[in-house]
Amino acid sequence: MSGKVMTMTQAVREFVRDGDTVVIEGFTHLICFAAGHEIIRQKKRDLVACRLTPDLIYDQMVAAGCVRKLVFSWAGNPGVGSLFGLRRAVEDGIPRKIELEEYSHFGMVARFVAGASHLPFMHLKTFEGSDLPKKNKNIKFIRCPYTGKRFATVPALNPDVAIIHVQRADAEGNAQIWGLMGVQREAAFASKKVVIVAEELVPGEVIRADPNRTIIPGLIVSAVVIEPFAAHPSYALGYYDRDNDFYVEWAEMTKDKAGMDNYLDEWVYGLKGRKEYREKLGADYLKKLEADNRPSGSVNYGF
Amino acid sequence: MAGYTPSEMMVARAARELRNGEVVFVGIGLPNVACNLARRLHAPGLVLIYESGAVGCVPDRLPLSIGDPCLATDSISVCSMVEVFNYYLQGGLIDVGFLGGAQVDRFGNINSTVIGDYDRPKVRLPGSGGACEIAIHAKKVIMVLKQSPKSFPERIDFVTSPGYIDKANLRLKYGFPGKGPVLIITNFGVYGFTRNTHEMILREIYPGVSVKDVKANIGWDVKVGRQLATTAPPTDEELRIIRRELDPRGIHLR
Repeated sequence: MSGKVMTMTQAVREFVRDGDTVVIEGFTHLICFAAGHEIIRQKKRDLVACRLTPDLIYDQMVAAGCVRKLVFSWAGNPGVGSLFGLRRAVEDGIPRKIELEEYSHFGMVARFVAGASHLPFMHLKTFEGSDLPKKNKNIKFIRCPYTGKRFATVPALNPDVAIIHVQRADAEGNAQIWGLMGVQREAAFASKKVVIVAEELVPGEVIRADPNRTIIPGLIVSAVVIEPFAAHPSYALGYYDRDNDFYVEWAEMTKDKAGMDNYLDEWVYGLKGRKEYREKLGADYLKKLEADNRPSGSVNYGF
Repeated sequence: MAGYTPSEMMVARAARELRNGEVVFVGIGLPNVACNLARRLHAPGLVLIYESGAVGCVPDRLPLSIGDPCLATDSISVCSMVEVFNYYLQGGLIDVGFLGGAQVDRFGNINSTVIGDYDRPKVRLPGSGGACEIAIHAKKVIMVLKQSPKSFPERIDFVTSPGYIDKANLRLKYGFPGKGPVLIITNFGVYGFTRNTHEMILREIYPGVSVKDVKANIGWDVKVGRQLATTAPPTDEELRIIRRELDPRGIHLR
């Protein structure tokens, strides 16, 4: 077994330090809630938390006081409404004031592309006519040296650590994703360290039998954590469905600070890790979310 | 089905605006319901693209989020967000951008960022997501949102996504590829934009709604078209699909 395989507790202890710029990517799909919970349990502080869509997991990390600054492009509960933990921090400074650095999705995507390409910035056509550049001085404009046309620019984003959840990986961290891929590949290549969290550990031959599906190669991966159901209430295509009911209930549950605190006590601080979380949810609950069987046709890689 | 809600009217009207074969960049909320209604009725060939990277989606349940698993399954292509924004949107492939928001002004500029001052917000909203670039690049933009003096104020608190910016239409100066907003569908009626001053003008009104109602629920003295049409109410078929198939639990059309 490669030296990269470790527990979530070890991976977060070793690779997430106070004050780090951290990205747990995943656009609706494959959001690693288990990593966020471990960060909360280990009481990491002053993180610069980056994500296009902060989602429920950053809501919890903000409410738990882990985050100094949020770098993002859409901070809500998709299809439901507000993230109340985040709103309490922004509107009322509870549990602490947090700084916001805000882009559009395209802006965040371009920041990761620049970061992954090791270029200082990326240019793109957006932001003009919007008030966003007035509130975020990192958004600038340049003239194209070839056409003279104006473009917006955003600086590279190079986080200290990326935590990326995937369906399967081998012990070296060669990681495969199918379904929505978001911006995980770019976030991983942009980051100084990469932690892969996989639903399933597979032999290297499984990866090599289908190399087009490898989104992140092991050569940029520092740690591999095998943790089934680590994305719940987000989802892993082919493994379990998105827990939409949970997302709808989250709004009601966390409208008051007390509700948020109760949740954190019961489901984060009160548990040692994902194994206990799975057990607490119970077999019937997990069964309800189990994916149905929709295999793709396989292709011939022969020559 | 005699009764229907204003939200159902909005969704039905919005769906009728979409043509078979058009490529639509679908936003969250009511636009999502409208696009999926159109696809089940007159526009089965509507190409739905979601910013999550799913292209040519045929969701068999209404996606709560724009990254729902049902968008990937059976789609034409799943690409990264780098491709969806660079190659599809910036590449000029999107016919219709479908947007919502918290506030809109007379020039179709949208606020989905903040109510009150940005640095000391009364209400912090989710922010742009992909809306800013959709507003700039989509060949045309259709908006769906509920109308009140608060949601259609004289001045919005923050411009997240540009419409025509002002009466001179600064889109031209900035060289935006897209034409801009063409239609705003509210719970009272439907607005277009004037050719010369690029401001909202009431074109259609819903059954049972008066111009007085419209004017009482908007933050400025809005222009009213000379030939005001009455929008056809939702058909039984539209209502059946909305209620039974798309939003049986009433999550989207609250």
